[in-house]
Amino acid sequence: MKTIDLSETSTRDLNQALHDQRGECTERNWEVLNPKGSHSLACGLDQNLSVDIRGHAGYYCAGMNKGAEVTVHGSAGVGVAENMMSGTVRVKGDVSQAAGATARGGLLVVEGNAGARCGISLKGADIVVKGSVGHMSCFMAQAGTLVVCGDAGDALGDSLYEVHIYVKGSVQSLGADCVEKDMREEHIRELSDLLKRAGVDDDPLQFKRYGSARKLYNFNIDNAVL
Amino acid sequence: MTHKNPGLRESATFDIDTLAEIDRAATTGIYDIRGFGAKRKMPHFDDLLFLGASMSRYPLEGYREKCATDVVLGNRFAKKPIHLDIPVTIAGMSFGALSAYAKEALGRGATQMGTSTTTGDGGMTPEERGHSNKLVYQYLPSRYGMNPDDLRKADAIEIVLGQGAKPGGGGMLLGQKITDRVAQMRTLPKGVDQRSACRHPDWTGPDDLAIKIHELREITDWQVPIYIKVGATRTYYDVKLAVKAGADVIVVDGMQGGTAATQDVFIEHVGIPTLAAIPQAVKALQEMGMHRTVQLIVSGGIRNGADVAKCMALGADAVAIGTAALVALGCNHPKWAEEYQRIGSDAGYYDDYHEGKCPAGISTQDKDLMSRLDPELGGRRLANYLQCMILEAQTIARACGKSHLHNLEPEDLVALSVESAAMAKVPLAGTDWIPGTPFQ
Repeated sequence: MKTIDLSETSTRDLNQALHDQRGECTERNWEVLNPKGSHSLACGLDQNLSVDIRGHAGYYCAGMNKGAEVTVHGSAGVGVAENMMSGTVRVKGDVSQAAGATARGGLLVVEGNAGARCGISLKGADIVVKGSVGHMSCFMAQAGTLVVCGDAGDALGDSLYEVHIYVKGSVQSLGADCVEKDMREEHIRELSDLLKRAGVDDDPLQFKRYGSARKLYNFNIDNAVL
Repeated sequence: MTHKNPGLRESATFDIDTLAEIDRAATTGIYDIRGFGAKRKMPHFDDLLFLGASMSRYPLEGYREKCATDVVLGNRFAKKPIHLDIPVTIAGMSFGALSAYAKEALGRGATQMGTSTTTGDGGMTPEERGHSNKLVYQYLPSRYGMNPDDLRKADAIEIVLGQGAKPGGGGMLLGQKITDRVAQMRTLPKGVDQRSACRHPDWTGPDDLAIKIHELREITDWQVPIYIKVGATRTYYDVKLAVKAGADVIVVDGMQGGTAATQDVFIEHVGIPTLAAIPQAVKALQEMGMHRTVQLIVSGGIRNGADVAKCMALGADAVAIGTAALVALGCNHPKWAEEYQRIGSDAGYYDDYHEGKCPAGISTQDKDLMSRLDPELGGRRLANYLQCMILEAQTIARACGKSHLHNLEPEDLVALSVESAAMAKVPLAGTDWIPGTPFQ
């Protein structure tokens, strides 16, 4: 295992060392010490690496991750795993706003709570939040899955497309065009699989499913807010 | 205005266009959506004139004497700034709004002339990357098709906060243009009326933007320049904030800038003219000691070499063209007049880009219509047009005694109207008067 201490090394040098593994992978296991809320840690990875960040991360940790397994042993700031392509990002603590924004693949697991706009504009990734999510989560989300084991805030799934949303607890309110839907066999299977992958011991039958009513897909003046 | 029948007088307030729009609104109950840019008359580059050399200035020979045109963009932080042969770039236009052949033609023409093209709200296509020697990759609120591989293939990244045609608005691509390929690239169901987000999903202000730029630089190992594009509104403040956020290059798009689709009321009533925006941007850069360090690209209604030269004289480092490039490819060409008429428009007036019925085969995804545009010929036409613009700009620069387009300066300009003098901050012709500044 390679250990990088950010009290002695810059974020730039850390990311460059991780990016250099894209050409020739000489070390798969990395540990980052003293992150102290630094931004852009372990972003743009493109290799099957395992990175353990021991402490809190700032904005955009593991942004655009492709293939790597990044674990934050603390909390993470805005936009963790934004636009992730594949791989896994796990945050042991809480995450701030826009977690997993626009992510296209891979799995983001938040063991604590997530702030506002979790999964905003989601494009295919899976997000599992053990706690609760803030307002406007999955705003304009297009594809992928958001699982909330706690409660969801205001305007869940506003203006969503084909994303799947499962919430175990309460939903403060649903956003435009977001409706509760039947939990069919395939959804229970999908949710069970996701909970298992995330390491969450919850009963899929206790969740409700939300998705698009598809009434806003084609412009209709009667749907405009006057 | 009087009718051809004497005695019938058109109202200046309720003119024929206004009456038609009221009728259209009363009939449909919905605002008009269209493409193109602002059509209203406003102070523009035609309201400026150059002071050629005579007794007090020394001109250069107009045909062969050296007058350089190259420009380096993005040398503030990027390891690999962009070096263009000419200061006229191709503005962002999406695959989806335009056909793949049109994007290819833009790439071919720009590459022939040593300049860059720009992606749009639909991601990067292999055709576009393949035919554009220098390609700027737009980072938009929608993030359609965004991925780190394409990000690393780009020669520059342009973070789009807005565009001149609709500052504060997101994109639209109506269902008739969402084909299988477009839908797949945007992760959308086929045939939906697609609404792009108007604000970025993972940052909410200039302080956050600085961190976002840092992330993009980290992902790309600080190799390529990062532009910030804004629609012209509060340009002075926007430019200052963009510099503070860490931009290498700032793109300011005036309200004459085009769009593929938005509300007519947005196009005509939001934003400020390009002419008014440039001095604000330059002032902001100069006050921060960043003029020529952070480069300024100006777009919105640029049509010829005189417009290019005027932008440069006002302090821009380069310009971008969109609508004019499409016209060079054949948009609104008279040879399609009958077909334009068949769809309720006419050559020279067509702006319903969102309907996907473009007779010239440019703003469409229809296979038969698309095939009307030969990308090689289109590329040649664009290159010819760019070459003509540069020759014109050089002609003016030499007449002003400048050996590089960048050497043009506000002192070379005068204005034809009080309005344009006030906006451009150059004196009214024949006077020393710049409205809004103390009399010298």
